[in-house]
Amino acid sequence: MSIDSATVRHIARLARLAVAETELESVRSDLARVLHLFDDLAAANVDNLNPLAHPHDQVLGLRDDVADQPDRSEELLALAPAAQGGYYLVPKVIE
Amino acid sequence: MNAQIAPPPAAAGWQAVIGLEIHAQLSTASKLFSGAPTAYGAEPNTQASLVDIALPGTLPVPNRAAIRKAIQFGLAIGAPIAPHSVFARKNYFYPDLPKGYQISQYELPVVGPGKLKVRVDDGRTIEVEIQRAHLEEDAGKSVHDAFHAETGIDLNRAGTPLLEIVSAPVMHSAAEAVAYMRTVHTLVRWLGICDGNMQEGSFRCDCNVSVRRSGTEQLGTRTEIKNVNSFRFVEKAIEYEIERQIRALENGEAIVQETRLYDPTRHQTRSMRSKESADDYRYFPDPDLPPLAIGAAEIERERSALPELPQARRERYIAVLGLPEADADQLCSDRATADYFEAVLAGVPGQAKLCANWVLGEVAAALNENAVEIAAAPVDAAALAQLLSRLREGVISGKIAKDVFAAMWAGEGSADVIIEARGLKQISDTGALATAIDAVLAEYAGQVADYRKGNDKLLQFFVGQVMKRTRGQANPQQLNELLKQKLAG
Repeated sequence: MSIDSATVRHIARLARLAVAETELESVRSDLARVLHLFDDLAAANVDNLNPLAHPHDQVLGLRDDVADQPDRSEELLALAPAAQGGYYLVPKVIE
Repeated sequence: MNAQIAPPPAAAGWQAVIGLEIHAQLSTASKLFSGAPTAYGAEPNTQASLVDIALPGTLPVPNRAAIRKAIQFGLAIGAPIAPHSVFARKNYFYPDLPKGYQISQYELPVVGPGKLKVRVDDGRTIEVEIQRAHLEEDAGKSVHDAFHAETGIDLNRAGTPLLEIVSAPVMHSAAEAVAYMRTVHTLVRWLGICDGNMQEGSFRCDCNVSVRRSGTEQLGTRTEIKNVNSFRFVEKAIEYEIERQIRALENGEAIVQETRLYDPTRHQTRSMRSKESADDYRYFPDPDLPPLAIGAAEIERERSALPELPQARRERYIAVLGLPEADADQLCSDRATADYFEAVLAGVPGQAKLCANWVLGEVAAALNENAVEIAAAPVDAAALAQLLSRLREGVISGKIAKDVFAAMWAGEGSADVIIEARGLKQISDTGALATAIDAVLAEYAGQVADYRKGNDKLLQFFVGQVMKRTRGQANPQQLNELLKQKLAG
């Protein structure tokens, strides 16, 4: 599988990564090498295998519906770079 | 049932195609993946645990109750429940999504395809195919107005369990879409899996709308109207969007696949953002969560605990109890009303129509007037049954029964106590009634003569006078008979 610069720009944008134009080619070729590994994997015969969603053969543990987590907002808000009136503050998001 | 299958009128050669994604907040005490409470209206961020705010090192643990509620919904729409379903990460960046992804389900949802019978306002019944329903967590809330240069983030809602119910694009008018949405709304409340409170956002919907030339098969480009939270707004938004698309296409413009917002003050939709990177959420199975296994025994347990569903109950009310469709519809609009009705009926067996009249009449009016839920009505089903029994037995008349009901509602005691205390027992004693009639006929000798000359209308006048004299307590049937006898005599 090959990958072009446009795709690298696109996925960098989705991941909110600032990839400089000068870095594009090196990132592209790194990714191409990774994708090459997937080509090898894709060549394996999986006819008799079910798709796997998780590497461990285990079943999800569940919890009972109990609201047992206390309010720690004061402590947690103090960790944020900015907070006011009980809200976390982030740069203005225009809808 | 009048299920004439006439397609809704297409607007001038166009057909609308509508699918809904309904988000029903599952009524659990704690969140989908954490033990933080889900109560509405708490101070900002006081219900956001370490997991909800995505502190590194925390891990999600699913809430058993949310999963059970999803299973219940699936069973109610006749859908298969996946023995193995998978939680997946839906990746996007927004400040009120702390992890940078939403835990949802993608390829293997817990609830597979099912269907729902929907009665449309014009009397048709349509069957709406539901493609899937999956579990996912809600995001937090962004507050834009309260701050100057910043946006405030409240993560109380982050992690709240949602069931996303995805219909196939099978509806063709705003009326059909709203009828479907109402049916789902009734169902989730009936099952007790969602409180259905639309003001609080517990039940909201995204509408996918496209149009195509009538008679063609291929779907047009669709737009998605996000987060509409009232039935009326859904109707208005879809109507507007259908018209907008038809007008654009007739003018030779193309429809852009985009997300649109509904503006309830203008009844318009407007573009929110064009999907430049159309739904590129890069879903993948969440490595924090192994597949969710649901055993056959668990499914059977939920199935056997399922209540009689609204559709089945409605049909039983019509077929077995002989109620008119309109009564059955209203009684089955929510489970508390239907249960109340049945509890009343249990106390006055065989009187389904009488009970329905009272529940949908006096009781509904009093609830409405006092803004009370039926479960909290000051006159409970047993108390109403006693009143209706006295009415049936002829102890009181229908008119008096309404007065007694008002007194019961006001807390003056049971029907029997009020009837006794106020001396409201109907006069069924022929002697006493005869005396009252004689007195009236003597007083209005002229009218008696007129009546005997053929002025039948005067009968009601005499009835009224006797009622007045007996303070409404005369048994109307007996009074009529006796009066006619005497007048004939």
